[in-house]
Amino acid sequence: MKYKKELFYRLIFNILAFASLFFLIGITIILFKEGLPIFKQLPFFKFVTGEYWYPTYDPPDFGILPLILGSIWVTLGALFICVPLGVGSALFLNELATNRQRSILKPLIEILAGIPSIVYGFFGMVIVAPFLQKIFNLPVGLTAFTGSLILGIMATPTVCSIAEDALSFVPKTFREASYAVGANRWQTLTKVVIPAGGSGISTAIILGMSRAIGETMTVLMVCGGAAVIPSSIFQPVRTLTATIAAEMGEAVMGDSHYHALFAIGLVLFMITLVFNIIAEIISRRFRIKLGLGR
Amino acid sequence: MESTKQFSNLLKKFNNSKTEQTENKGAKVTGKVIIRVKDVNFYYGNTLALKNVNLDIYQNKVTAVIGPSGCGKSTLIRLFNRMNELIPKTRLEGLIQLGQINIYDPASDVVDIRRRVGMVFQKPNPFPKSIFENVAFGLKVNGIKDKKYLSEKVEKSLKDSALWNEVKNRLNDNALQLSGGQQQRLCIARTLAVEPEVVLFDEPCSALDPTSTAKIEELILELKKSYTIVIVTHNMQQAARIADFTAFFMLGELIEYDNTHKIYTNPANKLTEDYITGRFG
Repeated sequence: MKYKKELFYRLIFNILAFASLFFLIGITIILFKEGLPIFKQLPFFKFVTGEYWYPTYDPPDFGILPLILGSIWVTLGALFICVPLGVGSALFLNELATNRQRSILKPLIEILAGIPSIVYGFFGMVIVAPFLQKIFNLPVGLTAFTGSLILGIMATPTVCSIAEDALSFVPKTFREASYAVGANRWQTLTKVVIPAGGSGISTAIILGMSRAIGETMTVLMVCGGAAVIPSSIFQPVRTLTATIAAEMGEAVMGDSHYHALFAIGLVLFMITLVFNIIAEIISRRFRIKLGLGR
Repeated sequence: MESTKQFSNLLKKFNNSKTEQTENKGAKVTGKVIIRVKDVNFYYGNTLALKNVNLDIYQNKVTAVIGPSGCGKSTLIRLFNRMNELIPKTRLEGLIQLGQINIYDPASDVVDIRRRVGMVFQKPNPFPKSIFENVAFGLKVNGIKDKKYLSEKVEKSLKDSALWNEVKNRLNDNALQLSGGQQQRLCIARTLAVEPEVVLFDEPCSALDPTSTAKIEELILELKKSYTIVIVTHNMQQAARIADFTAFFMLGELIEYDNTHKIYTNPANKLTEDYITGRFG
């Protein structure tokens, strides 16, 4: 009797543990099933390098290059904001902050991660966009730059908390050894702590990047939404994610527009998958390098 | 807890039975003093970790600091290179001199003191860099860039720490690939590279096997020709084997300090005798 009970619990937990795997496989299958038919109409290469996205014209144009570039511009812009902010605050928390400062700052940064993206979107539309429009004297305030700014702030907590973890994994004994041969604080930080935590910090940056590239609601609200190849960061752009969100509602199920949107999802999935794999490889190397095992 | 109480009682008895006591707790030792500890009290927050400690460290000798856990041994030697400053809320009273300079004078240069007083830690702690970079680290942070000088110095330090023959063909390998004993000798080389006057060893063998321990002990005896050595150890046989002088600490107080031979054969204090014969600790 007891044995059966044990078996039962074991089964339940096994199912729970493997559930996420089922979801992953399910999502992947749907993405491929619904996305691939578009490539019967036009080859994959044309799809990703086509310069025009006019899905409702006759004949329609399904070129997602402007969308890919839109995503890349906004994400790179966001990196310029979230890397200095996130890594900087991680270094501060780990190296300079007193216990009291840390106990106040860390939860606050984590709260920043919990704010819903729509709230960031509101904030961007109502406060940041008009402000940028005014100071840079732009025709519209909803631009790639605005999106980068808001996304950068959104990704900062991700970067900060992962980088902070990486830095706290750097053993205290490394610091002591460095001070003991006469290195000062700055030398210890730049020559010992950052190199030892370096790959952890890169992981943090990559994960921040995949957070930024996958973000939808905010970019839909603040980036302007023009599906054209941007020539400056002060122009409206449209990202991959925003396109799907905006157009899925009006696409007719089963027609080529519908399949094209799924194909965009597929491209996005590939991009974030590559980021995550890179992050995993780097962090694995990092753990081996510090002798922490796999 | 039980044993701490036992110590306290023993200590009380000892304090009551104090008859004669010179500044160095009766140490009849001679030689050139390199570090002088005078009336030192040290606090972690409100906890008094060292009580009224007076002792002299002699040049080119090996001084062992022994005593039960938590007696302030490590705290004491970490005062010599201002390592305790890295711990917040610590406070020092009294004077510690290195040669003629006051180590804790706000005007004295902490970087220079740490260069002159090197330290080898309990657990081998090489950086996750190459063997060469580990040894050259101290030189580089002290502003030395000359490649030829660096490689000569690295070679000499590795020879002095008896590691050269084992690593000379793999200087660019990651230091973490070395065995524990080799890593500890690498850490010694890293310390020697900046030419310190005093080398502090904080239980350097506690994480090592007997063979590696023997090698380190041999090395320490060799090093005392050119350096002054202070070693904290839990291993009483180790102190007996390598130390010229031994200081016995208990609950933050220096109980007895004398020639190692005297301490081990004819200790002046009952507590020392009890500890050495393994009655407690």
